[in-house]
Amino acid sequence: MKSLQTPLHRVKGLGSSHSGTGHFWRERITAAALVPLSLWFGYVAIGLSGTTTSAPLQFFAQPVNAILMASFVVISLYHAALGVQVVIDDYIHSPGMKIFLFLMVRLFVIATGSACLIALLRISVF
Amino acid sequence: MAENPQAPAQATRPLSPHLTIYRWPVTMMTSITHRATGMALTVGALILAWWLVAISNGLDGGYQTFMALAASPLGMLVLFGATWSLAYHFFNGIRHLAWDLGYGFDKKLAERNSVIIFALSFLSALIIFAIVWTGHGGYLQ
Repeated sequence: MKSLQTPLHRVKGLGSSHSGTGHFWRERITAAALVPLSLWFGYVAIGLSGTTTSAPLQFFAQPVNAILMASFVVISLYHAALGVQVVIDDYIHSPGMKIFLFLMVRLFVIATGSACLIALLRISVF
Repeated sequence: MAENPQAPAQATRPLSPHLTIYRWPVTMMTSITHRATGMALTVGALILAWWLVAISNGLDGGYQTFMALAASPLGMLVLFGATWSLAYHFFNGIRHLAWDLGYGFDKKLAERNSVIIFALSFLSALIIFAIVWTGHGGYLQ
């Protein structure tokens, strides 16, 4: 019998799961990147504890520090979205609710990440 | 009417055991805690955003308010939770990466590492709080 799959669908070879190992791989790549970045973040958070406003302002005015913090923010929020997606996949079984929650998670990380990046730009550029 | 002999025996059908059935091995604890700390850290990203926005508002722009709240009992409780969550997710995350490479699956070893990761994460959080509390933080000014 002739397959009802489109040639594109067949050549992608992903079946009803709609995706392959991309999600798994991105979660691991971001995790590996976050190992050194988290250590740096800890060093910075402790180093800026108990300071007045001028200390973090001067610290993030340095391009290297602003870029490292932006990397930490973006990669950790991306990693968070991938991780929360797995939790939703595991516990929410209705497709409509699942898609709604995926969109909510993305809205959350994009909004939170934007706030962080705009703040860093305001400190380091303006 | 007689009972239908073909009625499905749903009530007696055995179900797959779930969390409430198993005795909790420490490896199960570490797995669930990894997920819980990940969720907590996702929400905790709001604290990071708040901190950066407060800094970007410049002098007298809410940074002192943030610092005062962080030093309050509730603020310190939340920050201790966030610190421990990050430490735990960090150490157990490294173990997950090792597992992905095929290392550390031996049962006794996995159980021993689970205990080490719990201990190490609490110890790290306590040391970080001790450093800040005794005024040894703030070296970046």
